[in-house]
Amino acid sequence: MPLLLTEEQSMLRDSARGLIGGKAPVAHLRKLRDSRDAAGFSPELWAAFAEMGFCGLLIPEQFGGSGLGCVEAGVVMEEIGRTLMPSPFLATGVVSAAALSRGGSAAQKSEYLPKIAEGKLLAALAVDEGAKHRPAQTALRAARSGNGFKLSGAKALVVDGHVADLLIVAARTAGGPGERDGLTLFLVDPKAKGLAVERTAMVDAHNAARVAFDNVEVDADHVLGEVDGGGALLEDVLGIGRGAVAAEMVGLSEEVFGRTVAYLKERKQFGKAIGEFQALQHRAAQLYIDIEITRAAVLKALQALDANIDKAASAVAVAKARAGTTATRAVQEGVQMHGGMGMTDQFDIGLFMKRARVCEELFGDANFHADQLARAKGY
Amino acid sequence: MSDLEAFRSETRAWLEANCPPEMRKPMASDEDTFWGGRNAKFSSEPQRVWFERMRDKGWTVPHWPKEYGGGGLDGEEAKIVRQEMAAIGARQPLTSFGISMLGPALLKYGTDAQKKEHLPKIAAGLIRWCQGYSEPNAGSDLASLQTRAESDGDDYVINGQKIWTSYANFADWIFCLVRTDPAAKKHDGISFILFDMASKGVSTKPILLISGKSPFCETFFDNVRVPKSHVVGTVNRGWDVAKYLLQHERAMISGMGERGVGRPLGQIAADSVGSDEQGRLDDAMLRGQIASFEVDEAALSAAAERMVDLAKAGQGHPAFSSAMKYYGTELNKRRHEILMSAGGIDALEWESPRSKEGARPRAWLRTKANSIEGGTSEVMLGIVAKRILDLPGA
Repeated sequence: MPLLLTEEQSMLRDSARGLIGGKAPVAHLRKLRDSRDAAGFSPELWAAFAEMGFCGLLIPEQFGGSGLGCVEAGVVMEEIGRTLMPSPFLATGVVSAAALSRGGSAAQKSEYLPKIAEGKLLAALAVDEGAKHRPAQTALRAARSGNGFKLSGAKALVVDGHVADLLIVAARTAGGPGERDGLTLFLVDPKAKGLAVERTAMVDAHNAARVAFDNVEVDADHVLGEVDGGGALLEDVLGIGRGAVAAEMVGLSEEVFGRTVAYLKERKQFGKAIGEFQALQHRAAQLYIDIEITRAAVLKALQALDANIDKAASAVAVAKARAGTTATRAVQEGVQMHGGMGMTDQFDIGLFMKRARVCEELFGDANFHADQLARAKGY
Repeated sequence: MSDLEAFRSETRAWLEANCPPEMRKPMASDEDTFWGGRNAKFSSEPQRVWFERMRDKGWTVPHWPKEYGGGGLDGEEAKIVRQEMAAIGARQPLTSFGISMLGPALLKYGTDAQKKEHLPKIAAGLIRWCQGYSEPNAGSDLASLQTRAESDGDDYVINGQKIWTSYANFADWIFCLVRTDPAAKKHDGISFILFDMASKGVSTKPILLISGKSPFCETFFDNVRVPKSHVVGTVNRGWDVAKYLLQHERAMISGMGERGVGRPLGQIAADSVGSDEQGRLDDAMLRGQIASFEVDEAALSAAAERMVDLAKAGQGHPAFSSAMKYYGTELNKRRHEILMSAGGIDALEWESPRSKEGARPRAWLRTKANSIEGGTSEVMLGIVAKRILDLPGA
């Protein structure tokens, strides 16, 4: 398959760009941040997302979606990355939709997927616990109790956890932290007794929460997938999430780079455009090359996820690692080349830097993914 | 099954039946590369068999037209042949500057007579070519070259000197940049001309490099007579041909690293460094360097694939080969720094059968030329800044 977008995918990109660029420029994020908006995103825009079919991109047609793939989800994520739009798309439309589509029973799919496709149900994946993304270290305990389980422990960086109608929680039903086996995914009602959600204001002014579980009761029919065998499903879902975040970082990097090159052409010092200085030209050229190479690696991973997710792990690790280092470099160079203006809150460039930092941690940073690659290659 | 799927399974079966097992192992020494030419020698029987089978099928140049000795394949089919060859680790049957550099330029700028004369001999490995571009005073500033070609009846008479001419001492013919109009501005008085290295007045002198080897020569022209019909493209417009050819040269150099073939770098390192009880390399910093390298290497492979796909779709940028040349050569230098670090003391031996006569340090030193030859990294970044980013004054 050519490493290019198809005509249909390019059309999807154009319509996503029209909506997101038109309705949610960076000023949209500023407004939500400065007004300390309770939801942290715009429900009207989410409704428009649903109307255009974006919420159901990854949901099979029989459940009201369009049954498309990770390349299409990546196309939308990239546009979100360009304007830093806070949106439930990643947590609900990508990660949770993928988890339910791939792991849900017939009843679970019928109950949740049509509502997600319609934009009427928000869901969030709760996996991280410590300071770093280490899914195998999951310690949150689900103990058998009667016809179900009792969950105790705590989760962090639960994207959209403060507005979610449904939490998908990774818990340990067997083994101990560090073991890949013994994980189970649960569908949990955030209003359940013993569950406490704390919205966490983040550096990027996007949305996340910490969630504490104190003997939260969950019925056995709210297990997503297999008891003790949730690790593989979780890994698939995280793979899709990683591909999506990598795509967001490509959009973010390209936008920062475009703004920076424009500034190099416009800003004058010593009587000429600063873009005439070779010291900056070469750094700009290196950054351009980094971004183009990363774009190819990310598209490769998204195509691999769609072709055969069981063989996509290495490509996804490469994509997320590359996207992280590229975005980090893009925002650092962006601020530096904007000089003093890059340090001001008034200029947008700092907002990109903050979002890049969060994207880098989300679902594993570049070091985590390089380590994964090394393990897969046996060294 | 689609036509392409059918083509893939036919290709796979044909390669399986025709590629000798010895030709599926990573190349270990310079002898494993077959360059063709009038004085060509095969280093082994499997090398001869493999070359001849591929030549007869037109697959030394799968995407060239059949009338010129190619396979007549379209872009998708040629990609399948490359992929299926890579899948079994098949070696290139013929390595040649005729294929990677001159051929594309002749296909675009050559006359019918030039194409019919030269392309089939390139495809069949009969003539080995070298490239006469750089001069002692024309390196990064290539267009300031001074080798002159003066008109004399139906001939040009060529005088001057080239340098860094790869394998000039083994080459049969040269494609050469010469100044045909000394009065014109530097880019406007250059012609692209072909001639036989056996012509009277041509001499070569190998240059000893830091690797202890001599892949490059100084090449001297002393009243060399060349028919005017050997000019490719328009007289005094040779710079157009030269630049077009450079795009192909840069694409070739960016792919010089032995990407994705042979044993993974981490396992090579484990041989000398050792592993801990969890199977991880017993040098955490080196392991991290290798893993980051492999991330970038895999990403570059994807970008190379995408560059071909973009070109096929008519969406490629002609200067993008400069971007790939920059990244590919810097990456290859990184690879060899890692190999030296991984080899440690064992990688320092220069002369011993144990070290294959210092194969590793010599290869390491050779890679330092990658970011100089075919346009330096700095020139590549300048081209990207000017032609792609449109930065002022670049």
